Amino acid sequence: MADATTAAKDLAIDVRGVSLWYGTFQALYEVNLEVKRGSITALIGPSGCGKSTLLRSVNRINERLGSYVRTTGSIHVLQHDVLAEDVEPARLRKEVGMVFQRPNPLPLSVRDNVLFAHKLHRTGQRYTRAQEDGIVEEALSTVLLWDEVKDDLDRKATTLSLEAQQKLCIARLLPVKPSVILMDEPTSALDPAATEALEELIWELRGDYTILIVTHNMAQARRASEETAFMLLGRMVEHGPTEELFLRPHDQQTADYIEGRYG
Amino acid sequence: MTNIDRTVDLDRRGRDWYIDKAVSWLVFVGGASAIVLILGIFAFVTKEGLGFILGPMNFVEFFTNPAWRPTSRPPTYGILALMAGTASVTGLAMLISVPFSLGAAIYIGEFATGKVRETLKVLVELLAAIPSVVWGFIGLSIMNPLIIRVFNVPLGLGILNSGIILGLMAAPIMTTIAEDALKAVPDSYREAAEAMGASRWQVILKVVLPAAKHGLMAAVLLGVGRGFGETMAVLMSSGHSINLPTSPFDSVRALTATIAAELGEAPGGSDHFRALFTIGILLFLVTFAINLTADIVVRGKGKR
Repeated sequence: MADATTAAKDLAIDVRGVSLWYGTFQALYEVNLEVKRGSITALIGPSGCGKSTLLRSVNRINERLGSYVRTTGSIHVLQHDVLAEDVEPARLRKEVGMVFQRPNPLPLSVRDNVLFAHKLHRTGQRYTRAQEDGIVEEALSTVLLWDEVKDDLDRKATTLSLEAQQKLCIARLLPVKPSVILMDEPTSALDPAATEALEELIWELRGDYTILIVTHNMAQARRASEETAFMLLGRMVEHGPTEELFLRPHDQQTADYIEGRYG
Repeated sequence: MTNIDRTVDLDRRGRDWYIDKAVSWLVFVGGASAIVLILGIFAFVTKEGLGFILGPMNFVEFFTNPAWRPTSRPPTYGILALMAGTASVTGLAMLISVPFSLGAAIYIGEFATGKVRETLKVLVELLAAIPSVVWGFIGLSIMNPLIIRVFNVPLGLGILNSGIILGLMAAPIMTTIAEDALKAVPDSYREAAEAMGASRWQVILKVVLPAAKHGLMAAVLLGVGRGFGETMAVLMSSGHSINLPTSPFDSVRALTATIAAELGEAPGGSDHFRALFTIGILLFLVTFAINLTADIVVRGKGKR
């Protein structure tokens, strides 16, 4: 395991001994994962290995499934245990944004999509139209979407191209300044050109945000991440710097997977 | 002989072919008969009504005179009071049923889960199956004395009674359709909003309701249509006296109830008989317009 010595305050996400059950099916077994602040970490592994489940535990969106899901262990985000009883999911999800597999902009205008989370979390403060315009422009510029939609801010977001929709789904997280962004196979619905554009964008966000990205695509993990963690059958097998994990995997299972023997 | 040099008869028609033809023909007849019947009913009602519309009817008097005295000498045929009766009862019914139905639909669709949800859905559908005469009976024998006692008025049959009864009758269909509309909102929208930190109520208010607004509007319109066309329950609970109402306790008479009560007594072919059919045409046109609007509203969902 890498980074055993990394001080806790340098960690954006610290998963310790997390086990998770869907009903009687155990999806995660004592998983540990440390994600450094401002880094991009890729989670790879075959379908059903629990990588999405782990990701969805960090912002507790898994709880939508109700009491059917049971989690033990601890997940610290910026040194707060997010599984604790008194954590407000709404506050947590302001701090931890999420991008989904299929672009899921809300059926509102582009502008309203960008401002949606911001409007949820502004407490009492008043924003003028001009201030809001500034927020919209900044967020859309960061995801390199501003030039494409600047004359079309009232257009319904669900009518944009898939690539633009997915960029918008990233842009709408930025105004509330999350420290962590979770991405669940964010390019799997996109064509190769759009995938490349998205990967470049994700790479650009490195440093400003801590990014944990689940991917099926090993080339993507290799291109667009600094650290990679490999999971198999609900267990964390290996975690290290991306380059090292792909060139010199310590575990035979990791080696088999990245060589394409299963997955 | 091997598979390769075997001859094939690709043009053979077996039993399945004939069954397929027969079924598609039967289904066509079933579908076409609905159109034929509805046109037939419209033609029949129009034929009877036209005798009045083209004959003794005075348009201005018909719509502006509150006096409906078909058996006086000379008779007056004014439906203003009847329209006021129908409008006031339907209006009150909507005031009562819209918030209840939307609330029920939101609870069933967004909050209730598992057994509670299934039970509620069955109960709401059961509520829709109660015959209207039973509702009328409830109005007459339960609501009437209740209103007299609570509000200390001489008569409990009127707009208030009819509106409540009609509201309860329209609520199940509105609830069912509204819940369908909420269910049609993709779950990915809810998930997206929740992942941004929206509370349950914020998700409903800011995402689900706007996304379902066309379906919800259609639900309300169909509820209006239901109230507008209801006859027996209104006849029994409204007091059935011709009145331009000034208070919710006034008795009124509805268009539908007038037809139901008088058609049996009016001699066939008389002006009175035909005037009732003219009211029928009016009802037909209004309900048609309401349903058409509801349909267009729902279709509008596809665009933009």
